[in-house]
Amino acid sequence: MASATPSSSAHRSEDGSTTGREDPGGEGGATRTVLAGADISRIISRMAHQILEKTNGGADVVLLGIPTRGVPLAARLAARIREVEGTAVPAGSLDPTMYRDDLRLRAVRPLHVTDIPDGGVDGRVVILVDDVLYSGRTVRAALDALAEYGRPRAVQLAVLVDRGHRELPIRADYVGKNMPTSRRESVAVRLTETDGTDAVLIIG
Amino acid sequence: MTTTVAAPWLLRAVRPLGGEPADLLLAGGRVAEVARAGGIAPTTAGVAGGNVLDADGLFALPGFVDLHTHLREPGREDAETVESGTRAAALGGYTTVFAMANTNPVADTAGVVEQVWRLGRSAGHCDVRPVGAVTVGLAGQRLAELGAMATSAAAVRVFSDDGHCVSDALLMRRALEYVKAFDGVIAQHAEEPRLTEGAQMNEGSCSARLGMTGWPAVAEEAIIARDALLAGHVGSRLHVCHVSTAGSVEIIRWAKAKGWRVSAEVTPHHLLLTDELAATYDPVYKVNPPLRTAEDVAALRAGLADGTIDAVATDHAPHAPQDKDTEWAAARPGMVGLQTALSVVIQTMVEPGLLDWAGVAERMSLAPARIGGLPDVPVDARSSMGVGAPANLTLFDPEARWVVDPAGLASRSRNTPYRGMTLPGQVHATFLAGRPTVLDGKIR
Amino acid sequence: MNRHLLSTADLRRDDALLVLDTAEQMARLSDRSVKKLPTLRGRTVVNLFFEDSTRTRTSFELAAKRLSADVINFSAKGSSVSKGESLKDTALTLEAMGADAVVIRHAASGAPHRLAGWVRGSVVNAGDGTHEHPTQALLDAFTIRRRLGTVEGLRVTIVGDVLHSRVARSNVWLLRTLGAHVTLVAPPTLLPHGVADWPVAVSYDLDAVLPGSDVVMMLRVQRERMLGAFFPTEREYSRRYGLDADRAATLPGHALVMHPGPMVRGMEIASEVADSARSTIVEQVANGVSVRMAVLYLLLGGAGADERKPDDQYGEVADR
Repeated sequence: MASATPSSSAHRSEDGSTTGREDPGGEGGATRTVLAGADISRIISRMAHQILEKTNGGADVVLLGIPTRGVPLAARLAARIREVEGTAVPAGSLDPTMYRDDLRLRAVRPLHVTDIPDGGVDGRVVILVDDVLYSGRTVRAALDALAEYGRPRAVQLAVLVDRGHRELPIRADYVGKNMPTSRRESVAVRLTETDGTDAVLIIG
Repeated sequence: MTTTVAAPWLLRAVRPLGGEPADLLLAGGRVAEVARAGGIAPTTAGVAGGNVLDADGLFALPGFVDLHTHLREPGREDAETVESGTRAAALGGYTTVFAMANTNPVADTAGVVEQVWRLGRSAGHCDVRPVGAVTVGLAGQRLAELGAMATSAAAVRVFSDDGHCVSDALLMRRALEYVKAFDGVIAQHAEEPRLTEGAQMNEGSCSARLGMTGWPAVAEEAIIARDALLAGHVGSRLHVCHVSTAGSVEIIRWAKAKGWRVSAEVTPHHLLLTDELAATYDPVYKVNPPLRTAEDVAALRAGLADGTIDAVATDHAPHAPQDKDTEWAAARPGMVGLQTALSVVIQTMVEPGLLDWAGVAERMSLAPARIGGLPDVPVDARSSMGVGAPANLTLFDPEARWVVDPAGLASRSRNTPYRGMTLPGQVHATFLAGRPTVLDGKIR
Repeated sequence: MNRHLLSTADLRRDDALLVLDTAEQMARLSDRSVKKLPTLRGRTVVNLFFEDSTRTRTSFELAAKRLSADVINFSAKGSSVSKGESLKDTALTLEAMGADAVVIRHAASGAPHRLAGWVRGSVVNAGDGTHEHPTQALLDAFTIRRRLGTVEGLRVTIVGDVLHSRVARSNVWLLRTLGAHVTLVAPPTLLPHGVADWPVAVSYDLDAVLPGSDVVMMLRVQRERMLGAFFPTEREYSRRYGLDADRAATLPGHALVMHPGPMVRGMEIASEVADSARSTIVEQVANGVSVRMAVLYLLLGGAGADERKPDDQYGEVADR
């Protein structure tokens, strides 16, 4: 299958204007852990509740994670919703890479899996799920990619971290944690599914 | 150019054949006096002030003789002329070049060979000895007027259809027999044509990988074997051009052991380069016969060292850019080589200890002169540096290293396979019949 | 990835897998109703075909168009090329037109290598002489992987005119890189002289090899080879090396039959074999578009060497 495995432990910041600077041996002195595993777990629970509240108990909702780390987050949200409400919300993935407006700014990006759950997106409430909201360019690309698969009734956005510095008129409907950062810093999300541990770090 | 008698020159502290430093006085077109270094005073010897060359550190060899040069004139003056080609020759240390017959028109009549010969005389950079075509138009159908060319002013002794093989066995036999009348020699381009249809490079592991039609070693070896048998049968002289395979060396060794009058030449590029270079698909490495394998290179070096191969010949083959700046298959085969020959021989033969300087003199000057039927050839390397020898000399610095820059070569064409390579040995001066054609590494 | 795709011989294993993985995503996109992607908008792909090959040219054209690239078909026939313009001058013309990629088919082995030295854009070899046809090998590997799950460890038999086949060469190197065991079967006259140095087994006996084959690839045999005395008659060739129904029946149940096309039915392959369930011949065509999309994306989808930011550390770390 496609390169679903992360090729770097550094967070793929959505617009790529930051680089995953870190020394591979340890995180270096400049790395701070801002969310630990338990925090993330609580945040997921809260976001699941918010989604249920705002979407009439998850009716017609489809969760689409944006690779790499949006995909396990979408799956976790779906699992939590099922625990809370007993509702089976379909979760899949949507790779916006080929719709990006910044492809030419760096070496070619490997593609990721797009997996639209059976039933498609027509007439559904699609919630895009990503780990970090930054410039908004990834979400814009995802909206374009999504349009090729059908016409959802509504599209919402859920992110684990909103670090600010938007470059487009995009905001999240569900935010796990607002995290003011400097542009020089980078935010690294670690998830058990992709990185073996749950944490959110600020590097820089 | 022996028509005018050159003014005397004194070469000071030059090392003949790389030996002890000596003073050489050149006068009357010959070596007039040899003494230990500092032993000849210019004034007493009657040498004008400017005609003293301080040759300290330079080695002297008899002027090189190239049995195989393509000067391209008449017909392809965009690629080379007699003037430009002989400049390159002189700068490479050559005093005589044999100009191949595949010009346009073909050098298959007395008229054409005399034209080339005259062009050579008027250029004056080295002696130009035209090679006559064996067959009319190099077509391999009927004999050209070999006798007329032999008795022309050009006094042709070497005949070759080079570029094409005289593949018809009967025609080859007749040519070998016919030239006995004027002690001529047939220089064969050994290539069985049916086995090399569409051939692009050596047939082997590289050609298989690169998807290029192979030029099998057997296509050369089969013709050499046949021609050696024919030469033995009719008692004629056969010269084998640009030997390129280990098998050819073996066959020639065998033919010589039989006592047959077979001689052979090898090119510098076949002594150094291999078919791996074709992987670049750069036609600067396309040549006929093609570059072979490392095993072939080793056998050629050994054959040149033990005398199985008599001579080094450049097969200097200039080509215009449009004939090389193409895809491989569309390119013409050939490489320029006059100005790099000595360096390649030093690198491949002298530095590994396969040949001493007397050996270089023999392979690059004396043997080719004898094969080509030149008059007045010194009997051996030592006498080529002695009193009375023709004052055809090459002076070079064996320690110098230089980087080959195609644009810096005198040839009109740039197709050297040695671009960017650092090679040993640099020609400093060339004397032709006592007159310097090159001094300070520049055309005089 | 290298800047060009000239041969599979210089394709590293991880690059080959990246092409196949990317092609997998492209294939999924081709299954949906809107097939077009905006990815290569503003990029220009030139199809430079010096030999007629409608199927390969069309495949590249479709691949480029699905990625929204501008496509120029520059066919040698009727152009300045047929009037004696050199490959180099053609290259300089394309350069002046601003071609980001040139897809070249040429009768001379190595012509794409030469072109790559003359243009700034990427060069994709779409078949050069008897040298290579890398996208064909990639689509073959892709087809095998889709059908059998993997290429690693498979026994692949390539049958026919290996000597003149660019498809065979590209497949030999790529399959080897991907861990397959390749056996070449052909009359000795149609195997290259240097084949002993290839990482393959060689057999002259098709019947002996078939029962142990997971994949059998049939190569086209051109009738004109008879004139070169490569084999005596079509009938004899077909009898010894053609894949007829009886022979195909000796293959293991899961084994695939492949052919790069265009095939000569009745000569190297019988119709009932070509049309059987184990035949992948039609799939190969569809997969060709996905693989070529992947190649074009990987060559053109990122920054060109001159466009990349000098401090693009991320790109090097994350995108190899």
